[in-house]
Amino acid sequence: MAEITVREALGQAMREEMHRDKRVFVMGEEVAEYQGAYKITQGLLEEFGPSRVIDTPITEHGFAGLAIGAAFGGLRPIVEFMTFNFSMQAFDQIVNSAAKTNYMSGGQLGCPIVFRGPNGAAARVGAQHSQNYAALYAHIPGLKVIAPYSAEDNKGLLISAIRDDNPVIFLENEIMYGQSFEVPDTIGPIEIGKAKVLREGTDVTIVAFSLQVGMALEAAEVLAQAGINAEVIDLRTIRPLDENTIIESVVKTNRLVCVEEGWFFAGIGATISSIIMREAFDYLDAPVEIVSGKDVPLPYAVNLEKLSLPTTSEIIEAAKKACYTKLG
Amino acid sequence: MFELGKYKLNLKQYVDSYEKMLLIRRFEEKCGQLYGMGLIGGFCHLYIGQEAVIAGIDLAKDKDDSTITSYRDHGHIIASGIDPKYVMAELTGRASGCSKGKGGSMHMFNSEGRFYGGHGIVGAQVPIGTGLAFAEKYNNTNKLCFTFLGDGAVNQGQVYEAFNMAALWKLPVVYVIENNEYSMGTSVVRSTAMTDLYRKGESFGIPGFQADGMNIESIYNAAMQAVQYVRSGNGPIIIEAKTYRYRGHSMSDPAKYRTKDEVEEKKNHDPVAAVRQIIIDKSYASEEQLKEIENKVKKTIAEVAEFATTEALPSEDELFTDIFK
Repeated sequence: MAEITVREALGQAMREEMHRDKRVFVMGEEVAEYQGAYKITQGLLEEFGPSRVIDTPITEHGFAGLAIGAAFGGLRPIVEFMTFNFSMQAFDQIVNSAAKTNYMSGGQLGCPIVFRGPNGAAARVGAQHSQNYAALYAHIPGLKVIAPYSAEDNKGLLISAIRDDNPVIFLENEIMYGQSFEVPDTIGPIEIGKAKVLREGTDVTIVAFSLQVGMALEAAEVLAQAGINAEVIDLRTIRPLDENTIIESVVKTNRLVCVEEGWFFAGIGATISSIIMREAFDYLDAPVEIVSGKDVPLPYAVNLEKLSLPTTSEIIEAAKKACYTKLG
Repeated sequence: MFELGKYKLNLKQYVDSYEKMLLIRRFEEKCGQLYGMGLIGGFCHLYIGQEAVIAGIDLAKDKDDSTITSYRDHGHIIASGIDPKYVMAELTGRASGCSKGKGGSMHMFNSEGRFYGGHGIVGAQVPIGTGLAFAEKYNNTNKLCFTFLGDGAVNQGQVYEAFNMAALWKLPVVYVIENNEYSMGTSVVRSTAMTDLYRKGESFGIPGFQADGMNIESIYNAAMQAVQYVRSGNGPIIIEAKTYRYRGHSMSDPAKYRTKDEVEEKKNHDPVAAVRQIIIDKSYASEEQLKEIENKVKKTIAEVAEFATTEALPSEDELFTDIFK
């Protein structure tokens, strides 16, 4: 077993796919000469040249639309957003052009494109650079939304995203880029739409994705010491959602805690909760708990920022509540 | 660089174009009728008055060049070579429509004819068309993309983002601004600070010129020179086609923002009638030959309407297909 960082995993996925398929290219702000704002595209310019590793002007609406046109024209673009916060400039093109055209054209015109970049809160960068877009993009039929945790999943799912014939929103996390994970010697494509049970348990199911998976695993450790055996599921893909894995787990544990960094209202946890009510209502022994970001634009001050984001102790409390165990 | 009257249409081009323009005109008139009968729903934007623009461009483009436009797209998809009955069947929302009845008036596609839509968000087709041109350059095809936009779209920010990248990367794209004088109900002078739309690329170094959008030869002349410029690797170019739509913005628009006299005056320069007159004046065809064409078009439109109003609605199973490839 080797160890690589999430950053290396993402870079490897792009490099390997660009070798495999000449139609694959990467474009975005600072992806080429600067080597990537977060160094995810490091070395790609030297390896593939400026026709396939393309620095764009600061023009998200324009280059997202241009890349969508290139995808309609038979190429397979990887568009890096320096952060997904800037994808709001491109939201119309992603939603109205990339996601809907295959349907509107009766299946004539698919859009094989990956939009990737860091999503969610980093550290102390304020409200406009800290939003989590998982729920917003997951709302749209025609988009696939992936938010991996481990290095292996980041690589394998990015490979699959690049090979997919549909628009894929690939949500990374800045805080995760430098984290190392043990990985197998070779990592191939990992199927989109499959969650992964990272820790088996019997008392409560904790569902999370991206950075919060690490918190869920930590919470499970603490809960174990309190005699609560938690099952932890890494969603990996938000859309299409692997409903079966969640349902099977809830059938076993009868309790569910959903964790997300984004806001509660119309969020991923709200949707999962609704699915579980519909599909596994009789198996629930407690209301579904949702641990989410607080309903505020992310503040700058260190103490307020900390209060805004979900924490491991909130996950522990939610799990205990679901298990009717006295808090404290 | 641009020369007036450099390229002229020959006999065959005039006669063929007359048929094509008349087909689009009669198609749109039928479309208006079917809309009035409740057989077509939603937003429906007719191209009547602007036929010379697509017909002139079509003569200058290679078969494998691509086209893309906004929601006023019936003329463009017909010009892309599809049987018009599939276009009308899309308008009536039938399974055999060109988008299986899932797109409607504003979302027509003909991938075989390299027509990439049919886009409902004003200006959105401009970066997309620029991206189609990017793909041509990436693949070294020497093909280009004709990206159509209206006078309303020239005030959308993404248009200038696309212009910048097209010029920066010398992409093979011809931007055709169909200036029909009104963005919905707002005239160009009321919406646009600088009204010479062919000059909108100046700050990016994109050359542009104006053509008479009511005159097919003027459009053809401009398009031929634009194509030569772009295919030689010089990057993008802009053609402003000064045109006019006779009908309202969409079927629900009584067009009270302009006078009847204005519309009547424009109709005196009707692009379809003008082509007919030239054919007669130059003896390119006899009155009888033209009548034959007109009867043929009439028959085609009757068949198109029959087809579009008798085909089946999409199967309910189609609701959940085509969301993903």
